[in-house]
Amino acid sequence: MSTNATALNSGPKIVMRRQALVLSGLMSAASAMLIGSMLAIWLQFRANSPLRESSDGSKMLRDWLPENIKIPEVATNTMMLTFAITCVMVQWASYSSRRADSKHTTLALTVALLTEIALINAQIAVYMQMDIGVRDSSYTMMFYAVTATMTALIVIGLGFTLMTMFRSFASRNSDHDLVLAHSVYWYSLAVIFATMWFVVYVQK
Amino acid sequence: MTAIDMNSAMTKSGAVSGVSFFSKISSWLLTTSHQRIGRLMVSVSLLWTLAVVFVGIVLDVERISSASNLIDSTSATQLFSIFRVGLIFGSIAPMTLGIALAIVPMQIGSQVLAFARAAAFGAYLWFFGMIIVGVAYLGNGGPGGGDPQMVDLFILGLGLVIAGLLLVSASIATTILTSRRAGVTIIDAPIFVWSSLVTSVSLILTLPVMAGALIFVAVDHTYERATFGATDGVNAWIGWALTSPQIFLLAISTLGVLAQVVATMNKGKQPLRGGLFIGIGVMSTALIGTVTQSFYSLRLDGNLNDVANSLLPFLMFNALPMLGVLIVLGLCLLAMKNEKAKPSAAFVLAFFGVGMVLTGMLGNALLRINDLKLSNTVFEEAVLIYIGYGVVLSSFGAIAYFGPRIWGRKMPTMPVIGLGLIGVLGVVLAALPYYIAGFTDQPAARMTGELGDNSQIWNSVAAIGQAIFLIFIIAFVGLVVKSSRSGEIADEEIFETVQANL
Repeated sequence: MSTNATALNSGPKIVMRRQALVLSGLMSAASAMLIGSMLAIWLQFRANSPLRESSDGSKMLRDWLPENIKIPEVATNTMMLTFAITCVMVQWASYSSRRADSKHTTLALTVALLTEIALINAQIAVYMQMDIGVRDSSYTMMFYAVTATMTALIVIGLGFTLMTMFRSFASRNSDHDLVLAHSVYWYSLAVIFATMWFVVYVQK
Repeated sequence: MTAIDMNSAMTKSGAVSGVSFFSKISSWLLTTSHQRIGRLMVSVSLLWTLAVVFVGIVLDVERISSASNLIDSTSATQLFSIFRVGLIFGSIAPMTLGIALAIVPMQIGSQVLAFARAAAFGAYLWFFGMIIVGVAYLGNGGPGGGDPQMVDLFILGLGLVIAGLLLVSASIATTILTSRRAGVTIIDAPIFVWSSLVTSVSLILTLPVMAGALIFVAVDHTYERATFGATDGVNAWIGWALTSPQIFLLAISTLGVLAQVVATMNKGKQPLRGGLFIGIGVMSTALIGTVTQSFYSLRLDGNLNDVANSLLPFLMFNALPMLGVLIVLGLCLLAMKNEKAKPSAAFVLAFFGVGMVLTGMLGNALLRINDLKLSNTVFEEAVLIYIGYGVVLSSFGAIAYFGPRIWGRKMPTMPVIGLGLIGVLGVVLAALPYYIAGFTDQPAARMTGELGDNSQIWNSVAAIGQAIFLIFIIAFVGLVVKSSRSGEIADEEIFETVQANL
């Protein structure tokens, strides 16, 4: 009689269906929840801040954004527009990849990479123009926390673009799923940024 | 279904006998096998469970008399915190996900886990994150701790734990959504797979919310220490993630385990199978309460309009998840009416695990009724114990059920049932006295001053319950190890039920 145990083996190998796309969707949802929760706390602090008179004395304002802080609207609006351009580029990459056009896919991803670097550059410009310290007030501390987290998500997206670009550069035409997943991540990042841009930079 | 003779195959090829000890270790540590990653997570989470239950014993013994000075008041705060954090993030979350990692790919007919390296990386992030959390606690750095640098370390560790669990959850969800064998839809998949999907997606949606609050607390604690309340802010801002309804999400898989065991006992004859899917889905509505980062209490004072205004959110966030448990429990009991049902030892653990979770959820509903004034009493701790230990019981049920299907040897029926009943006794004795003591206003997380009427009796019984539960865990792990090495060889029949449409 055999003394060896009969163990269950895994099933037969099967073709995976759009794994990268599904993972990208899940990670996009997680990113949205991350920034969404931070904005919710931001709005709660803003709503609970005390009231003060406006400088001309005509109305009452929430004492949230310190008077000496000016948001550089040119840089922040440029970031929003850059996100729109990035979305167009990743869509171009996705379109080309579907047609197995490796050259255009690589070109589109390269331009997308440049726009993503521009996004980080713009964020650094915002920090430099505002010239505020993290310790200055509750507002500045929370401002850095939210915007730095958003920048971290952009850096992750930049890494994703680099990986997708190198694979496309190596003529991996079968990577349409990855290019599509990359697009989904950047679309969702654009929507997340738009929400943050409206709450933090427009509504202040 | 395919089954291979692993041991003989490996011995014949010399794959095992020829390798050194270190290569064996490295093959485990660098593995991409879903079974190995899952088993590593479950093993380490068992160590955390033992540590947490031991802390529970120390706290309960200390509380027997207010004159006792076994531990000082500073350490007491940290021990209460480590009990909660350790139970949730060191024990039940990784245990639930680890079992899903080991079992789910087999059930859906996939040879590999989607993004297995990411899952392994996630498991290590969780592992080292929990070590950092433990070191921070030892250095008085838990929430409300006295050493600010250690508090920073605690926040870092918890951040790593969240990231790790997120990666593991993403891997499980992606596997279920993309790697099912041809022709198997989500609805056709075994019920445990469905519960694992709901759990992992719920965690993907809620853990980042906790991470968001944690980032604010971390930046504040490093630079300003004013806006988010310095070291005390850690508890104030992430406390919601360490209690209900967040812990309900970690208990979702208990329903999957019970339904899976019952379905096997009935050879797949489950009436209203779709109802099980609905029940598990309804329990996940707890995540709506979680992401709002708030508690929803029922106020019975005031006029009818005030009561109605608080009643709706109270029912939505506290009672709706309970309805999901009742649906699954009801359908499982309905299936058990089948005369041909074949009893299973794992059923005892799975059934009582869900029972404990339901008792905890009922307690949570009472806790949220303001007029009962149970908040900040030991009643809160009892809710956590019922749900946390209930999940542990259920996870042991999953090990008893799925284990033989992994290592090919049976677990003995009567010892499993006997140990299961001892475990249930331990949970009831550890938690029920605090339900009673809550009504006598025994304060939570405190061991000095007035402790309430008959507190000595309740605390003594709770300490005995914790000790029994500790013995149960050690004995069960011993039984698992013994069965996996020298248990009776399992027959082919058990493998047929793993992938069956149950």
